[in-house]
Amino acid sequence: MDWQFLAFSLVKIIAAFAVVMTMVAYSVLVERKVSAFIQDRLGPNRTQPFFAKYIPGLGPLLTRWGVFQPIADGLKAFLKEDFTPAHVRKVYFWLAPAIAMVPSLLTVAVIPFGSMMGAQKMVIADLDVGILYTFGIVSLGVYGIVLAGYAANSKYPFLGGIRSTAQMISYEISMGLSVIPIFLLVGSLNLGDVVQHQTGGWFAWHIFRQPLGFFIFLIAAFAETNRLPFDLPEADQELVGGYHTEYSSIKFALFFMAEYAAMIAVSGMMVTLFFGGWTLPFLGLDQPAATLGMGLLHILVFLGKVCCFLLLIIWVRWMLPRFRYDQLMDLGWRRFIPLALLNIVVTAGVLALLASK
Amino acid sequence: MESILFLIFAAFALGCGLMTVANPFSRSPVASALFLVLTMVWLAGLFVLLHAYFIAAVQILVYAGAVMVLFLFVIMLLDLREEELRTWNRFGVAAGVFSVVALLGVTALTILRSVPAAGAAPQLEGSTHALGAMLFRQYLLPFEGVSIVLLVAMIGVILLSKRESK
Repeated sequence: MDWQFLAFSLVKIIAAFAVVMTMVAYSVLVERKVSAFIQDRLGPNRTQPFFAKYIPGLGPLLTRWGVFQPIADGLKAFLKEDFTPAHVRKVYFWLAPAIAMVPSLLTVAVIPFGSMMGAQKMVIADLDVGILYTFGIVSLGVYGIVLAGYAANSKYPFLGGIRSTAQMISYEISMGLSVIPIFLLVGSLNLGDVVQHQTGGWFAWHIFRQPLGFFIFLIAAFAETNRLPFDLPEADQELVGGYHTEYSSIKFALFFMAEYAAMIAVSGMMVTLFFGGWTLPFLGLDQPAATLGMGLLHILVFLGKVCCFLLLIIWVRWMLPRFRYDQLMDLGWRRFIPLALLNIVVTAGVLALLASK
Repeated sequence: MESILFLIFAAFALGCGLMTVANPFSRSPVASALFLVLTMVWLAGLFVLLHAYFIAAVQILVYAGAVMVLFLFVIMLLDLREEELRTWNRFGVAAGVFSVVALLGVTALTILRSVPAAGAAPQLEGSTHALGAMLFRQYLLPFEGVSIVLLVAMIGVILLSKRESK
């Protein structure tokens, strides 16, 4: 075990964690601002630390944009009373928020968020089975929600937990099937190779070669992150708050953060699999960086693409109504799985035809 | 390094396995199922030590992520109180002992028959090409046999649930 590897890995882990957590905090702000914009409101525009009004121009502007809001939200989550109802199953009640949070963070480990910085590859774990690892971890994410529903020991959270189990298992299948054509094209499960395969022009991006796969993956991503139009596990009007009804304070905040971290992870996956990862097909941005500046630029390109997807996910939440539960199941099992299977067969057939020529 | 990790993973896998069947703190089936999940995760760690990353990932994906979630799902929908109060039943014990002995016998036979260090271990790391080639050439018959078993199980489930609904 060489120390340089350990040290660089540690730095990358801490940096990625910091960036993801900051993005979590600010995507909550963006969610509130976008919802306000769509509903013709202003959104958070009052929170300001005492010194903000002394900064001429910039201070009031930042306040109006709500830039200080996430800090106040975070403080509130930590300082509020952490109330544990008497009827809950204590061990699971404590475990569930942590189990919900961890998988969404672990997924980030295999996503290549940049090309090179010096001699270091900008991915925390360059696994050869990257995508399988991701799906394995994503499939563990359901435990947090199931345990929360079970731990609460009351009916609405329980219903939410049961709903989410069924929903996540169903959509995991179509999600897994929808990316198989990508790996037939690339010939490797390593996400770095997937990005490398998408270099050389706009049309090398897999979105143009596998639009159906992307479509299925996108919808399954909404279902896996429990976002509208598939937020049945926490449907407010039917289940009060679903699996996190009984939670308060930082435990509730952990579920909330887990949802946003999962959104970031799934956006990172979509960018890597279908939108060229850290590459852009001009200015030579699709080659591994030779200088530190270029390396940084690649990371920024990646983050920019991720932010676009986050915005899309947030926008959809405020635009579409919720599906009914039978519609959700029908869509997952009777439409998407056959479509994804067809997509695999067609892709494999075309590849075999091309290979035989 | 690797032998230390092996000891840690093996110890935790055995410990969690023990907690699955004989948990002194609670007899709740949910606790058992969760310890079984942990056992699967530690087993995946053992596969990683063998450089079988693919199998490790599939272990997590299929067993911990899908099969055990369904187990939990069913356990939660069942009446838990009744499960917790259930006492030992003679047939269950006999079946359990029989299956453990049978599995131990098969494993012991395999270990005894194998010649130590007979050639390098099959290369399972890296791309999935090697694994696919092995499954579809060398072990095609057992592979297809397993898939037929799965198909039979699937048809059985559909038949049972259909009959229930009438």
